[in-house]
Amino acid sequence: MTDIADRPSTPDSDQPRASEPISTSSEWTFELIQQYDDEIAKCAAEFRLDTYPNQVEVISAEQMMDAYSSVGMPVGYHHWSFGKQFLSTSKGYQRGQMGLAYEIVINSNPCIAYLMEENTLPMQALVIAHACYGHNSFFKGNYLFRTWTDASAIIDYLVFARHYVAECEERYGVDAVEEILDSCHALMNYGVDRYKRPAPISAVEEQRRQQEREEYQQRRINDLWRTIPKPEGDDDAIKLKKRYPEDPQENILYFIEKNAPLLETWQREIVRIVRKLAQYFYPQRQTQVMNEGWATFWHYTLLHRMYDKGLVNEGFMLEFLQSHSAVIYQPPFNSPWYSGINPYTLGFSIFTDLRRICENPTDEDREWFPDIAGSDWLETLHFAMKNFKDESFIQQFLSPKVMRDLKLFSIENDDQEDHYLVTAIHDDPGYRPLREKLARQYNLSYREPNIQVWNVDVRGDRSLTLRHIPVDRVPLSEDTEEVLRHVHRLWGFDVHLESVDDGAVVEEFHCPPKTVDEQ
Amino acid sequence: MGMTHIVDRRLNGKNKSAVNRERFLRRYRHHIKKAVSDAVQRRSITDIERGESVSIPSRDIDEPVFHHGQGGRREVVHPGNQEFLAGDSIAKPPGGGGQGQGDGQASPDGEGMDEFAFQITQEEFLDFLFDDLELPNLARKKLKDTEAFKYVRTGFTTQGVPAKLDVVRSLRGAHARRLGLAGARRKKIKELEAQLAALKSAPDDLDAAFSHKDQIEVLEAEIARLKANVRRIPFIDEIDLRYRQHQKHPQPATSAVMFCLMDVSGSMTQMHKDIAKRFFILLYLFLKKNYKKIDVVFIRHHTSAKEVDEEEFFYSRETGGTIVSSALKLMHKIIESRYSPSEWNIYAAQASDGDNWNDDSPVCSKILADHVLPLVQYYSYVEITPQDHQMLWYEYEKILERFPQSFAMQQIADAGEIYPVFRQLFERKAA
Repeated sequence: MTDIADRPSTPDSDQPRASEPISTSSEWTFELIQQYDDEIAKCAAEFRLDTYPNQVEVISAEQMMDAYSSVGMPVGYHHWSFGKQFLSTSKGYQRGQMGLAYEIVINSNPCIAYLMEENTLPMQALVIAHACYGHNSFFKGNYLFRTWTDASAIIDYLVFARHYVAECEERYGVDAVEEILDSCHALMNYGVDRYKRPAPISAVEEQRRQQEREEYQQRRINDLWRTIPKPEGDDDAIKLKKRYPEDPQENILYFIEKNAPLLETWQREIVRIVRKLAQYFYPQRQTQVMNEGWATFWHYTLLHRMYDKGLVNEGFMLEFLQSHSAVIYQPPFNSPWYSGINPYTLGFSIFTDLRRICENPTDEDREWFPDIAGSDWLETLHFAMKNFKDESFIQQFLSPKVMRDLKLFSIENDDQEDHYLVTAIHDDPGYRPLREKLARQYNLSYREPNIQVWNVDVRGDRSLTLRHIPVDRVPLSEDTEEVLRHVHRLWGFDVHLESVDDGAVVEEFHCPPKTVDEQ
Repeated sequence: MGMTHIVDRRLNGKNKSAVNRERFLRRYRHHIKKAVSDAVQRRSITDIERGESVSIPSRDIDEPVFHHGQGGRREVVHPGNQEFLAGDSIAKPPGGGGQGQGDGQASPDGEGMDEFAFQITQEEFLDFLFDDLELPNLARKKLKDTEAFKYVRTGFTTQGVPAKLDVVRSLRGAHARRLGLAGARRKKIKELEAQLAALKSAPDDLDAAFSHKDQIEVLEAEIARLKANVRRIPFIDEIDLRYRQHQKHPQPATSAVMFCLMDVSGSMTQMHKDIAKRFFILLYLFLKKNYKKIDVVFIRHHTSAKEVDEEEFFYSRETGGTIVSSALKLMHKIIESRYSPSEWNIYAAQASDGDNWNDDSPVCSKILADHVLPLVQYYSYVEITPQDHQMLWYEYEKILERFPQSFAMQQIADAGEIYPVFRQLFERKAA
């Protein structure tokens, strides 16, 4: 456990301690939560944490399970998969496998965070510091969130989506809507623009535009399909070779929404809703280490600051530190509890070490981080929080010390070899390759197969061809054919998927599957 | 600071996920129904009324997405190195290395499970058990229900027919009236009598001017007047009369009686009885979903029939032959004496191995057709035998032709067939 006395120094730490802690009991009341929040907010201001206004909602354990199962949407449309999530959450909770203390926070303005009524006061303070000041300032400051999401519009948009889906269920039946949603969910990770900046979502705008969209969109699609199949002439040969789309499209859902020949207007709207939500969650998927690391760093730092000010006592700190160390526990690779790198641990370690590098740089730090070593730590941390995502953050700031502390090492598993190979460890020759490998591990386009829309046979059978570019010969999983069935449902005509490695097709999938004769 | 808004949401609905849970159960109803039907066969009868754990193969509920499969070359960074050095090679576990530490595609939930297990509640269990089943003739009974009235006492009224006169209530009223009217006078009489007694006992003054005589006369006259007054108060008056008041309340027929008829002759083994028992239990649970109050009557028979308790019904052994009609007669008698069809929904289930004294089978069919079936909502007959039918079955087939709405019959060969047969017997009849 971290020693209280050994904490890093904080601004004004020579300030005399206030005489009275806010409270000594671990029972919470609304007044106490308000007082703690006021004080935490003052500390956060000292560190220049810029946040959206907070909305703290006190809820019961059952409500927390509801919140868990709606995957971070305070208002969601109905779908069986959320029910499945709920069943497994409540089972885990009833068996005591899962604590519900941490932490659901919604990237919205105001920023919604949940406190569970069963928690003790120190836990409530921890969650407030973590969610309302840590995550909240990350949502407001990080460039991905600033670029891709509109915190002030998301709740309205979710309400719009819920109503729209419910209306469709009433009109077209639960089954028909469920089918479309199933198929969209299967492609949700392929419903984002990775590089283009989309218009931020806005419910008012959506509702206003939805009507006109309904009318004009269908017309547009009809036009596409009417105008393209011209009578074939010999001189069109070159034109025929031209693919549609001309460039591969990474946003498969967007392509389907705009081009699928048979979708009805309401189905297109549902594709759009899922796509918009995917876009909303996309920054979170790219910043898990940073976001959790940042929030953990700040709950740790803010509550220590409270202790310095004499606002909390030793008993409070002991309980808080116990939870804190559970959160950042990293089981080693050979532990039965190991399930990959704990993002809280990694992020917290990097931010903490970043502060150390600024405040107490060693020679190694000066060599590795010449621009940062000895700089203003708060400035540097804010800069890091604002301008990076997990991949680039690790590439930029993972220090040799953190690699040593976590005893990182990399293993290569090549299916053409009989042995695993240890490719790098936490030593001088290993630091750089290790850092690169870990950074790549958090690159979404490396974690998820690279699949794009390649071609539509607009003059022929209207079939859709997707193209997969494998990395290091890693094939697609056995789920692929199932996903293809979903693509087929949305597209309405044959769907093909080819894995093309180095210009050669190494694997093909078809829906409907090809018969033996066709192959 | 004023930036933070703290809201107590604990009283808001906590079942936000109820619809999603219901959607999940709906989507996997086939799996759940199978689990429920397995459970019905597996469970002991006494604990049929609880929820059930349902397992669905994970692959059936997976939400497929594109992701990487096994194979190729991949490199993964892990924490907690102890003795490895760069360049070390580690033997792969035999069998392709499914769980080797080099395999980086761990699912976010930790290790994958082959089964997705969850609990359904007892309510849900029964819903799935009786899904698509419809209580026979419930619709017809409902029509009847609106005609079924019960007179409910709603206090007393001052007007009514002599038959409804409530004597106690009326006399009590009269008594109160008499007390009310006479009370003040009786009190006065008592006072006067006391004065009178005092005067009489005191020595009279001989001086006429001071004699008490006048006073005594006045007092005596007054007492006499008052007493006459009191006597004139009628013992019972018309306004004392109270009549019981009743109002017609439409009476929903929420009670049902279930007759269990079973052959316990020597040819019925414990296995037969066990199957019969499960069948009765299903019927009971089924009725329980639809009626508030259910009576169960157990009638067992060999050559003669007897009403018994549940224990004796299922577990005592008899020997000898079989006369089915004895049970039908007894059932008819019990209905007539205790279960008026105007108040009770009557259901009957008869279980037998099909054995009957041949001359008796036509008698059975006559009793059923003439006396029993007109009174009951539904009569189901299950014949527990893997063998060919005997006379009774063919007699009952004739009944089935005549009463297709209220009579059903099926054959069960082994325990696995109970549930399907039950469902056939009680399946929704097309409107």
